[in-house]
Amino acid sequence: MAEKQSKWKIFTAGIIRENPVLRLVLGCCSALAVTTTLSGAVGMGLAMTFVLVGSNIFISALRKVIPAKVHLPCYIVIIASFVTVVQMVMQAYLADLYKTLGVFIALIVVNCIILGRAEMFACKNTVVDSALDGLGMGCGYILTMSLMGGIRELIGGGSLLGVTIIPESIDRMTIMNSAPGGFFVFGCLMAGCIWLERKLNKPIERKTCGDVMLEELDAAKAEAVEGGAAK
Amino acid sequence: MSHFATFAIIFFNMILVNNYVLVQFLGICPFLGVSKKMDSSIGMGVAVIFVMLMATAVTFPIQIFLLDANDMGYMQTIVFILVIAVLVQLVEITLKKYVPALYSSLGVYLPLITTNCCVLGVTILATQDYTPVIAESGFGLAYAEALVCSVGAGVGFMVAMLLFCGVRSRVEAADPPESFKGLPLTLVAAAIVSLSFMGFGGLVENIVGALG
Repeated sequence: MAEKQSKWKIFTAGIIRENPVLRLVLGCCSALAVTTTLSGAVGMGLAMTFVLVGSNIFISALRKVIPAKVHLPCYIVIIASFVTVVQMVMQAYLADLYKTLGVFIALIVVNCIILGRAEMFACKNTVVDSALDGLGMGCGYILTMSLMGGIRELIGGGSLLGVTIIPESIDRMTIMNSAPGGFFVFGCLMAGCIWLERKLNKPIERKTCGDVMLEELDAAKAEAVEGGAAK
Repeated sequence: MSHFATFAIIFFNMILVNNYVLVQFLGICPFLGVSKKMDSSIGMGVAVIFVMLMATAVTFPIQIFLLDANDMGYMQTIVFILVIAVLVQLVEITLKKYVPALYSSLGVYLPLITTNCCVLGVTILATQDYTPVIAESGFGLAYAEALVCSVGAGVGFMVAMLLFCGVRSRVEAADPPESFKGLPLTLVAAAIVSLSFMGFGGLVENIVGALG
């Protein structure tokens, strides 16, 4: 029974506790770009979940075979193969959606959620756990994306999934559908999330992949300076 | 219209109208993180311009002469990401060995750029946008336009980073509501910077059109 509970915990972790977009702050690019409509957001979420589950399964199955030195190229090839599968399927059956999402489907390859989960989870855990983790993260991603897409489509276009909800007589705030609206809605959602955490007395430290980048950079710079001094 | 005018339109369009970070949402991670420091923003910007130009210079011919010629366009994603990874690694090794001075200032940024979505994005978008140009005016011109586009995208990235670095130093001194502190406020500030870039829509064609 204890074992079952822990599996359930792995699955639910991605939905709220470790929500990839709002709590771990991974994959911001796609979260901002494709959430102009609800349907686009859900489509992207489903594509992402498929790649996430598939690559997590493969990477964890091969975790004892992949040499540590070349793990990154191996992960990228596995992920890129799954992305290509998604691209081909979408081109065949969902051509309109593929056109709306455009380059962002191909860019799933370099999305930090997938590489992040590969490095943080799949390379250390069993196949079943990794698949559950991928599924949970995917669900968390779909939920957040739908929330953002819903807000932006409702305020920006007055409709949801193409069905008009706010009467035509009220002017649309089309700014929500363009780039600034994306940043703004994401910022406000994040603030709401932090407000909730503070209410529940469980604040967390948010570290974007950019912050990690800056840290790595400082470390590399210090090393370069030291190397120069040693010479 | 002369070739020069076309190049100028593409270049300034990529910086002001289709800015990769602020309008197309490519490369948000370094934009939000690295823009905390001015010197890192400049270094990152230069490295991105360099890698974007090189990556486009290599992937564009690969797409036309290798993938499209053999009817294997679907391999684009896998081939491009691998080519970029290998290319960046090669440049890093070469710099380390032969130009250590440049390596210590530019080389440290290179490993971070491999998995940056703006580099893969520019190669995919450039091949997608300029492949039709080949049928009209030959491979040479299409290739040149793709290269101009990639440099413009890189410069646009750097401009956005530098502008936002300045905005950020002011924003960090502000005293917002408790929940907005940190990342949310940064995102709202980015929204306002992005709003100001919307004002550039249609500007470039009109100016160059009036001159040429």
